[in-house]
Amino acid sequence: MIPSLPRPLWLRASTWLVIGAFLVFLFLPLVIVAIFAFNDAPYPAPPWHGFTLDWFLGNESRGRTGLFQDTELLGSIGTSALVAAWVTVLSVLLGTTNAFLIERCRFPGKQALSLLMLAPLVIPGVILGISILAFASRLADLADTWWGWELDFLRPGLPLVVLGQFSYIATIATLTISARLKRFDRTLEEAALNLGASQAAVLGTIILPYLRPALIGSAAISFLMSFADFNTTLMLVGSDAPLTVMMYGRMREGATPVMNAVSLFLMLASALLALTLLRRSKERR
Amino acid sequence: MQDSTRWQARLVLMLLLAPALLWLLGLIILPHVDLAVISLRERAGPQEYTRSLAQYRTFFEEPLYWHVFLRTAVMSVVATALTLLVAFPVAWVIAKVARGRASALLFLVCLIPFWVSETVRTLGWMILLRESGVLPALLVRLGVTPEPVELLYHDATLLVGLVYTSMLFMIVPLVSALESLDDALIEAAYDLGASGFSILRTIVIPHAAPGITAGCIVVFMLTLGNYLTPVLLGGKNSQWFTETIYTQFITRFNWEQGAAFGFLLLILSTAIVWTGLKLAGQRFGEVMQRS
Repeated sequence: MIPSLPRPLWLRASTWLVIGAFLVFLFLPLVIVAIFAFNDAPYPAPPWHGFTLDWFLGNESRGRTGLFQDTELLGSIGTSALVAAWVTVLSVLLGTTNAFLIERCRFPGKQALSLLMLAPLVIPGVILGISILAFASRLADLADTWWGWELDFLRPGLPLVVLGQFSYIATIATLTISARLKRFDRTLEEAALNLGASQAAVLGTIILPYLRPALIGSAAISFLMSFADFNTTLMLVGSDAPLTVMMYGRMREGATPVMNAVSLFLMLASALLALTLLRRSKERR
Repeated sequence: MQDSTRWQARLVLMLLLAPALLWLLGLIILPHVDLAVISLRERAGPQEYTRSLAQYRTFFEEPLYWHVFLRTAVMSVVATALTLLVAFPVAWVIAKVARGRASALLFLVCLIPFWVSETVRTLGWMILLRESGVLPALLVRLGVTPEPVELLYHDATLLVGLVYTSMLFMIVPLVSALESLDDALIEAAYDLGASGFSILRTIVIPHAAPGITAGCIVVFMLTLGNYLTPVLLGGKNSQWFTETIYTQFITRFNWEQGAAFGFLLLILSTAIVWTGLKLAGQRFGEVMQRS
């Protein structure tokens, strides 16, 4: 129970034991992945054969390709980053207009619309993927038979992956940004208008700066979620595989420690992003 | 003057409404209507389709399909219950036992693994559990088993993987629900002689019910729609329904069948979410706002 009540010793001890065990459960898989990125053996498995950087730098004499020479893998990181950048821009833009729509506008059917905006979170990613795939193919077929147009961006490939991920990440951006807009003190805005500021000036100098933390936060979340998305992407992917799909393919074939190397890279990148965001939010306080 | 401002407000509303409608219609509503249309047709010849319920009939007549369906549903419910059981004590410690910095730090530490993609975490479990992996080797070293045993591809392993993957989505709503519980209520109940169990049952759980519902719904949906963990940790004998959809849709190119399966999964997920909300007496919008 809570600390203000007398707790027997066994309860206090077991509390910290449980937390310890839980943390081991959380971090064991990640630590193991990181450790075996440096094992001097062709498979990421025990026993330990000594420390090596071959899986990052490569070693021609032993026929090992490291992460930095694996152009296919590096290319897929680039693909993921490109997709994530598009998804982030689209989601934050739509999230912002949606936030103003929900918090500032009045129109019939608003309740239903804001409920509908939550729907993408309840639909399994696989189904979002196949429905967008089927619909896009139908549009492409229609364009082909009616006007003889070849609309390649509606066939499986990166544009569809971007749309598929955007379809549900936009909801998350909307929730984050409108939560902050809801807390905005409208007297600030009224004061500015009374002092003769134009609507555009109020938006640019008061509201958007106020929304900045939410915009940055939702951009970071959108980027990460897009980078990590697997279900929707798998259904819509064409010939250029983003990183998660590429890793999945290789893991099914039996992974080499290059997978561990790229995983370690991912862990460091997301830790860096998390720390930067945390520092920012601390500075503001 | 009055007229022009009203006209301006109209224009702003239209400009804000357009992207939202484009998104919801183009990427959510129309694709799902199309999916429903596809699932309700049958190929009669090349480029020729007739309306029929054949795809849904196949599902009920072929035991393999509804077996996998049922299995996916049951395993998801079990995984959700297990996640709640594991997450609750941890959320309790974060919200009630740890103080100040320790609490914030513990919360942060619990979130960190989920910044890394699911692929990486699954790779970790594979290296840990497969026959040539770390844990079987450790068991041999300790003399528990004479030979390395295969720990992957069991239902229990799959459950561990599923619980692990969705842990975050249970801890966050639980912590925020428990943090709002006033300690004085617990102290008062204790002073009046309530046992730990009855405090939990009559005070803590009713108070945390919205958080519990939110967490369970999100975790259930994520588990039901998971693809990576069942395929990689569950192995070949353990089919997951999303895998069946993928096979029909992408591998066999049987879109009619795949669409019908997709709809069945959507119906199942919606039905269970709705039942959960009814049981807890809550509204969808409120729950989503919490999580």
